Amino acid sequence: MSVQQGTAHRPWVDRVLSINGWIIFGFLYLPILILIIYSFSDSKIVGVWGGFTWKWYGRMLTNPEMMGALANSAKVALISTIASTILGTMGALALDRYRKWLGKGAFDVIMYLPVIIPEVTMGAMLLIWFTQVLPVNLSIVTIILGHIAFSTSFVAIIVRARLANLDDSLEEAAMDLYADRWVTFKRVTLPLIMPGVMGGALLALTLSLDDVIITEFVQGPGASLLPVYVFGLIKRQVTPEINAVSTLMLGISMVLVFVSLAFQARSISKSKTKET
Amino acid sequence: MRRILILLAVVAMLAAACSSSSDETTTTGAGDSDGTGATTTAAAAVESDLQAKVNACQPGETDGDLNLYNWTEYIPYGSEAEDYEVTDLVAKFEEETGVKIVQTFYEDNETMLAQIEAGGAPYDIIVPSDYMVSTMADPEVGLLVKINKDAIPNLKNLDPLFSDLPFDPNGDYSVPYQAGTSGLGFAYAALDEAGVDYENGISWGLVFDPEMSEPFAGKISMLNDERETLGAALKYLGYSVNTTSQDELDEATAILKEANSRIAAYDSAAFDDLLMSGETVIAHGWNGGFLGSFDQASTDDYDAYEDYGYMVPEEGGIIWVDLMAIPVTAEHPCTALTFMNFILDAENGGDLTNYTYYMSPNLAAHEYIDPEILSDEMVFPSEETMAKLEFIADVGDFSLQYSDAFAQAKG
Repeated sequence: MSVQQGTAHRPWVDRVLSINGWIIFGFLYLPILILIIYSFSDSKIVGVWGGFTWKWYGRMLTNPEMMGALANSAKVALISTIASTILGTMGALALDRYRKWLGKGAFDVIMYLPVIIPEVTMGAMLLIWFTQVLPVNLSIVTIILGHIAFSTSFVAIIVRARLANLDDSLEEAAMDLYADRWVTFKRVTLPLIMPGVMGGALLALTLSLDDVIITEFVQGPGASLLPVYVFGLIKRQVTPEINAVSTLMLGISMVLVFVSLAFQARSISKSKTKET
Repeated sequence: MRRILILLAVVAMLAAACSSSSDETTTTGAGDSDGTGATTTAAAAVESDLQAKVNACQPGETDGDLNLYNWTEYIPYGSEAEDYEVTDLVAKFEEETGVKIVQTFYEDNETMLAQIEAGGAPYDIIVPSDYMVSTMADPEVGLLVKINKDAIPNLKNLDPLFSDLPFDPNGDYSVPYQAGTSGLGFAYAALDEAGVDYENGISWGLVFDPEMSEPFAGKISMLNDERETLGAALKYLGYSVNTTSQDELDEATAILKEANSRIAAYDSAAFDDLLMSGETVIAHGWNGGFLGSFDQASTDDYDAYEDYGYMVPEEGGIIWVDLMAIPVTAEHPCTALTFMNFILDAENGGDLTNYTYYMSPNLAAHEYIDPEILSDEMVFPSEETMAKLEFIADVGDFSLQYSDAFAQAKG
């Protein structure tokens, strides 16, 4: 009752908040909308409307360099996302579960390092690691390893946040009911932390898809990724072809987000029906 | 306590494994197990091996697929070539030689340098811009191998202007790919309104002369590049862009500082877009950028060249060149030399410029270049202008003074 009164007394707060929400929403998404609109513009200059056309999409699809870079980007993003999600989740579990093990404190700090050190440093570091210490030739494999190296930390941080809110008694209950560790993990822990794992995976995917600096340091022959390619285009000329390829990438990431949302919604409804 | 001991043992084992494996690599590379300094011997041995290979290459010889490390869209290929109605040079090279070109792109000289320096980047050809060649060819760094001029018969096609560059005397390490100038792009309407006469050329005074520049205050952009922009000021004062005199540099810094209040932006990436969108009316930039934008703005009904222009001011300006070079990490040096020869071919050189709209250092190619491009002073400056252009040379430690001066002038 008192809560209801509180909100009823200050409707302007609600209004201001909702306006604020819309402003932020617009700030984030209007540029993307503009980008999409101009990908259909029949003018060679980005930002000048020249009538509707599909031609930039046609040019993009027939541009072998750009398509090659896109294929490389997709390959790298997919593999590095899967690997870093698994590694990051495992790392988060290890840090959260086992309260005391030697070097845990140090590991905990080091885990955050790739998130806070500048990309240039990380790029140079990986370059030296691959070429001087290992030493291997740079190729698409080194790009994938580089992307895994920085994405894993992000996944771990997100999954840990989820684990921190997890009620330990749920797992204990499962084990009380004779579930072994693996079954407990599969049936109880993993479903509970799934939103965190998914969030981490999406973040890893996004980071991998638009990384320029680290990629440029560790790329090898024939393994240019799309962001580096697009960045290089600026030196020559910017045409709406860039808008078209950005729209395509945006489309792909949105499909992925929807798929993961649908997946989560399904698992939630499934667990609800089981409960009843 | 036991656990700590186990851990220590593991660490010690790992360390031992690491050091032994690195020993292995250095010894296999050098062919002897001298221990200290093995790495440098290894590098030297590999390098001279490669140099010997390069020297033994015959004209037209290939020794595997070409790993080309180039700037984005810098060679006509696929549908891009069709759009510009020029020959697909990648396909042509592959057809002529039977080897493939594997293209990789970079967009920054310095990152490319870091990759080559670290080793493990087996590119056969890189395309560094002017000063970067002297940085990489420096014997102390030793990242480039000397080219084998006998394997590039088409070197005879090279414009003599490009055969003895300040950053690569005698052209021992590199072969010019494409070149261009920097100067001022402008909107004719703004110059007309201010009553500036541009028929016989323009002056850097449009930026640096307080009186002449006043009508354009707040509508000027300069390159965000210390050597280019201080170079412009130095040219305006009648000095060399490569001066190492602190007094001359101070003078240039002072006039740039004075002009600062009229300069809207220091921008090296979007200077042409700023001009075309009306944010600026005078823009310091590279000819290729302006040309690309003017060309793209033009349609069947609209000719952007009527509204916008680009000139190297009469006091002179800067000329740049991108060059092909073979890094010490190359694995197919003979193919690399054959590719250099291919680019220096008259017809191929023509196609290259018809695609990039940059100046060709290939004199024999001129007859294959679209006459419209060839006669365009925006691409190929007049002889009079050419005589006033300067390459940016490496000024050694004095480059720090340029950095300081630029930071100081920008405030």
